[in-house]
Amino acid sequence: MLINLFRIIKYGFLAFRRNGWLSTATLSIIVLALLVFEGLMIFNVLTKTAVNLLEDKIDISIYFKIDAPEDDILNIQKSLGTLTEVKSVDYVSRDRALEVFKEKHKDDAAISQSLEELNANPLLASLNIKANDPSEYATIADYLDKADFKTMFEKVTYAQNAVVINRLNKIIGVAEKGGFVLIVFLAFIAVLVTFNTIRLAIYSSRDEIGIMRLVGASNSFIRGPYVVEGIIYGFLAAVLSIGITAPIVYFISPYISVFIADMNLWKYFTSNIIGTLFYQSLFGIGLGAVSSVIAVRKYLKV
Amino acid sequence: MVIFQNVSKIYGSNGRQMAALEDATFSINQKEFVSVVGKSGAGKSTIIKLIIGEETPSKGRVIFGSYDVNKLKSHELPQLRRRVGVIFQDFRLLSRKTAYENVAFALEVAGRPQSDIIDFVPQALEMVGLKDKMLNFPKELSGGEKQRVAIARAMINHPDMIIADEPTGNLDPMNTWEIIKILMKINELGTTVMLATHNKDIVNHINQRVISVENGKIVRDEAKGKYILV
Repeated sequence: MLINLFRIIKYGFLAFRRNGWLSTATLSIIVLALLVFEGLMIFNVLTKTAVNLLEDKIDISIYFKIDAPEDDILNIQKSLGTLTEVKSVDYVSRDRALEVFKEKHKDDAAISQSLEELNANPLLASLNIKANDPSEYATIADYLDKADFKTMFEKVTYAQNAVVINRLNKIIGVAEKGGFVLIVFLAFIAVLVTFNTIRLAIYSSRDEIGIMRLVGASNSFIRGPYVVEGIIYGFLAAVLSIGITAPIVYFISPYISVFIADMNLWKYFTSNIIGTLFYQSLFGIGLGAVSSVIAVRKYLKV
Repeated sequence: MVIFQNVSKIYGSNGRQMAALEDATFSINQKEFVSVVGKSGAGKSTIIKLIIGEETPSKGRVIFGSYDVNKLKSHELPQLRRRVGVIFQDFRLLSRKTAYENVAFALEVAGRPQSDIIDFVPQALEMVGLKDKMLNFPKELSGGEKQRVAIARAMINHPDMIIADEPTGNLDPMNTWEIIKILMKINELGTTVMLATHNKDIVNHINQRVISVENGKIVRDEAKGKYILV
């Protein structure tokens, strides 16, 4: 049994080496398929990061009337915090708001001067509410609109931002759904192309398979080397596709950071390289082996 | 060794039926040298395909040794085929393997240890006169050399029987006689040989049992036969 396994592996490697051009052609097709996958994974990460970044920018702010007591505001903060839709509620006091404002405009002499002349704090205290999910802002706004402490509000920003928030929600939804459809579609094509390439490679040895049967080889002994060859294709293709992607990612990473500030693509790529290699190999090897089994089966009927 | 009991093989397509072999009954004993003669398409190859289980009979029974051939399942066929060495007109060597590997393959499929391969393969290739071309691929060999590799492969497993289907059909007269001599030698050493051919000179020279096939029927079966066909 062990000697058979050894021979099967030996013949798999031998066939891979001797088939030269055919091996190269098959390998490059699988590399292309895997590159599509890698591209999809990177695309996925980029859209996710971009979407998260956008989501983070959305919030609802409640500005309180200038005479609203701080205790009441803190009570409202507490009660809002208990809502399931709410992720966080930050309190910005009037003093704090002034500090931030001053800091922001410290280089602007006209503003600093007018603030000093004013001699009082014109800014309002506010609560910044972030929702767990962008689609929940509408619910939160609705809740605020019906609340009995509404009389203390000077203004709620949702009304002004509603259009933008809704549009962002739609864009996020389309990006997620579209990305998924694209991934499924391209993955399907990659699988099909790889499968057919391996099938063609094995088609070219259909006579050999018949001869092996006539010489008394068992089906597993015939199939084995082709499966081994498929596994070699899969593994090498995984390594090669990562080898090709690495310099590309390294090169475009700084440009990506310009668009998506929090994204360091190169760092992401290098820290996930083992996992990527694992999944790529798994995919390549699985596809190579399964395609070989299916393709050989057809010619084993002698 | 081989028994055919009222065997018929009928090919049918689009309602048209054609009998490749009709009601054939004969048996071949151990250590016999049997020539099966007839024109192309007479049914010689069908007889061979039925023995090695490449085809199943439409009617009747084919027995090889202890095997009831047409009752064997696909995964049992390799067992039978390791007991029969077949030599074809078109050689049927594995083009991506060297002469040595082609012969070794027959031992490998039988699960024989590496030491057997190292011992027997060069011997077999030496016997057919190809020791110095062991590492050549089939495309680097002449027709006669390819057929000799095929013979070495067929006999390496010490099969119960060697079947040669028009083994000299693609060879010049020189090589033809070389191949026939090797087959006779194998038979002298105790292996049953079945030779399917339409070469009259060969059959008459061998002067052994001859089964004549015509239009799918066995028309003559003589112990010391000649090639007689109208």
